[in-house]
Amino acid sequence: MNSNLIVIVLVSAVFYGTPYFFAALGELITERSGVLNLGVEGMMLIGGVSASWASQHLGGPSWLVVLLSIIIGACAAGLVALLHGFLCITLRVNQTVAGLAITIFAGGLGLSSYFASVWNVATKPTTHPINRLNVLGLADKPIVGPILFNQNILTYASWVLCVVVSVYLFRTRIGLQLRAVGESPQTADAMGINVVRYRYVHTVIGGLLAGIGGVYYSLAIVPTWVDGMTKGAGWIAIALVIFGFWRPGLTLAGAYLFGAFSSLSVTLQSRHVSINADLLNALPFLATIIILVVLSSGWAKKRLGAPAALGVPYEREER
Amino acid sequence: MKSLFRLERRLEQPKSLNWIVPLVSVAAALVLGAIVLLFTGKNPLSTYWRILESAFASGDSIEGTIRAATPLAFTGLCAAITFRTGIVNIGGEGQYFMGAVGAAWAGLFFAGSGKPVVIVMMVLSGMVWGAMYAGIAGILRARFNTNEIIVTLMMNYIAGIFLDHLIFGSTSYWRDPKSFGFPTGKMLTPKEYWPRVNVFGLELTLGFILAIVVAIALWFMYTRTRFGYEMSVISDAPNAAKYAGIPMRLRIFTVMALAGAVAGFGGASDVGDFRHVLDAKGLQMAGYGYTGIVVAALARNNPLGAVFVAVIMGGLRNAGFALQGPDFPSGLVGTLQGLILFTAVAGEVLTRYRIRVRSNNAEAVTA
Repeated sequence: MNSNLIVIVLVSAVFYGTPYFFAALGELITERSGVLNLGVEGMMLIGGVSASWASQHLGGPSWLVVLLSIIIGACAAGLVALLHGFLCITLRVNQTVAGLAITIFAGGLGLSSYFASVWNVATKPTTHPINRLNVLGLADKPIVGPILFNQNILTYASWVLCVVVSVYLFRTRIGLQLRAVGESPQTADAMGINVVRYRYVHTVIGGLLAGIGGVYYSLAIVPTWVDGMTKGAGWIAIALVIFGFWRPGLTLAGAYLFGAFSSLSVTLQSRHVSINADLLNALPFLATIIILVVLSSGWAKKRLGAPAALGVPYEREER
Repeated sequence: MKSLFRLERRLEQPKSLNWIVPLVSVAAALVLGAIVLLFTGKNPLSTYWRILESAFASGDSIEGTIRAATPLAFTGLCAAITFRTGIVNIGGEGQYFMGAVGAAWAGLFFAGSGKPVVIVMMVLSGMVWGAMYAGIAGILRARFNTNEIIVTLMMNYIAGIFLDHLIFGSTSYWRDPKSFGFPTGKMLTPKEYWPRVNVFGLELTLGFILAIVVAIALWFMYTRTRFGYEMSVISDAPNAAKYAGIPMRLRIFTVMALAGAVAGFGGASDVGDFRHVLDAKGLQMAGYGYTGIVVAALARNNPLGAVFVAVIMGGLRNAGFALQGPDFPSGLVGTLQGLILFTAVAGEVLTRYRIRVRSNNAEAVTA
């Protein structure tokens, strides 16, 4: 295997790993507040289709349209997350079922496809895709150039976010209180923290980030809309949070690993490496299962980082 | 902080809620769906009227509705079997695919051995394939306590890729060697097609009749057998089940395999009743497994209820086929199904809690 191929794999690990990271980071924040969101896939698709629509219909300089599309995509997914919050936090329904309901409602056969069809999104290509940048003119440098300096704006934003969220969670007072809400809402409540507000805010933030992950699919990876185009990325993101032990840095590493997995079939085929394409397509899904099995047995069983109150509705009366 | 209303736990659950909640759920979903339709500039009343008309208005449309309901009855039963035990199997989709693979194999392999033999072999093969596929997730959950939700979901995607592999990516037993250009599966010969059953002058699919039989068998199992009783103990009081000596791991595996077998049965009916071929793309476009989750939730995991709800969902789906076009956007059926699931889930709250509205100091009970 020549070094060139390795560079290509690394470039696409970052390129295809970025949407996983956005969605997983959002899920991480939501889960830290004790809310399990299994609706990521649906939120990503809603974000993607809204951004496609915005990119086709807004006018103005390209950078502005792209920015607005990202914001619109994020906000649309944030609204879906608000619905999830209402079900889980206010109505206190089973969070697993609520998340599934979100994905079925918003997913590839549901609302995202409905919007695509009433807005005629799929018939036209996106007019303002998110392009790769040439940062500081270093894109042509060997090896590091394509990997680090020739990605798109969302990838760079994700690096900033990774640091910001790490600091937020582990170095700020609000982050500490957030973790308290996820670990023991009763204690947090006794400390005077508004559990309901913390959970709502962080569920919506999770939705915004999932939406950006979806925007990445419809504006950066393939600049056209295809129903159900995230193909399970939302679910892989949920697994990545477990894989990353609820820490942003590890989650980023996991996202790039899965980015590499999911791009291998495209990358290797274009390089005429003969490995069964179907097997490569199945690789991210197989790897998720294997990693979950490993993490659910033995030493990892001690739940390195899983919020203790994850998925448990908070009822004040039961104190 | 004072909010306008608060939820209060019910001390007992009135029996009437068993049918009130699903009814109110569907009604509420239709109202929410109307908002979506209005938001996108469609007339909800005329859309709903056309759905009703093309789903139930004539003998032909009822036959179509039952045909569309057949897969959903199986996947709904599949989901209900596991939900009832507190296991969240959302792999009905993949297990259904695998059942179709197994049944298509049997239908091709036993061709010419007489219709009854072929049907029995297709059903058995479909059930075994579905059970084995679900069994993998069952073993992982029982042995390693691996999250079955994500595992079964990943396995849905893997099953889809496996279908693609059999038809497009290889020269497998299932692929028609004579198909040029766009590869397709080998067709069953009409001698192996499952017969239609005439009920009150309507030609119903054999699969639907068999789904009713399966539902009755499950109902019998839940109410009359020790195994069924253990199932409800496991879901209601896992600790009590453990102390009572119920072999939890074995039961988790058995429930998963049973659910997979039922989904696989659906796959067999898919090949025998209507497609007559392993249709890799068609199966993946349908989303039967996910609709099955909606069916199970609305039926509150009751097997007989699942068949009934499947007919309603089948009607929606059938109307979706009939009306597809510019006036009837493709995702509408899925959206309405999702809304029904929402309201069903939210409706569950009403069975456990009552809502109290706060008005100054006096509190009035409303529901």
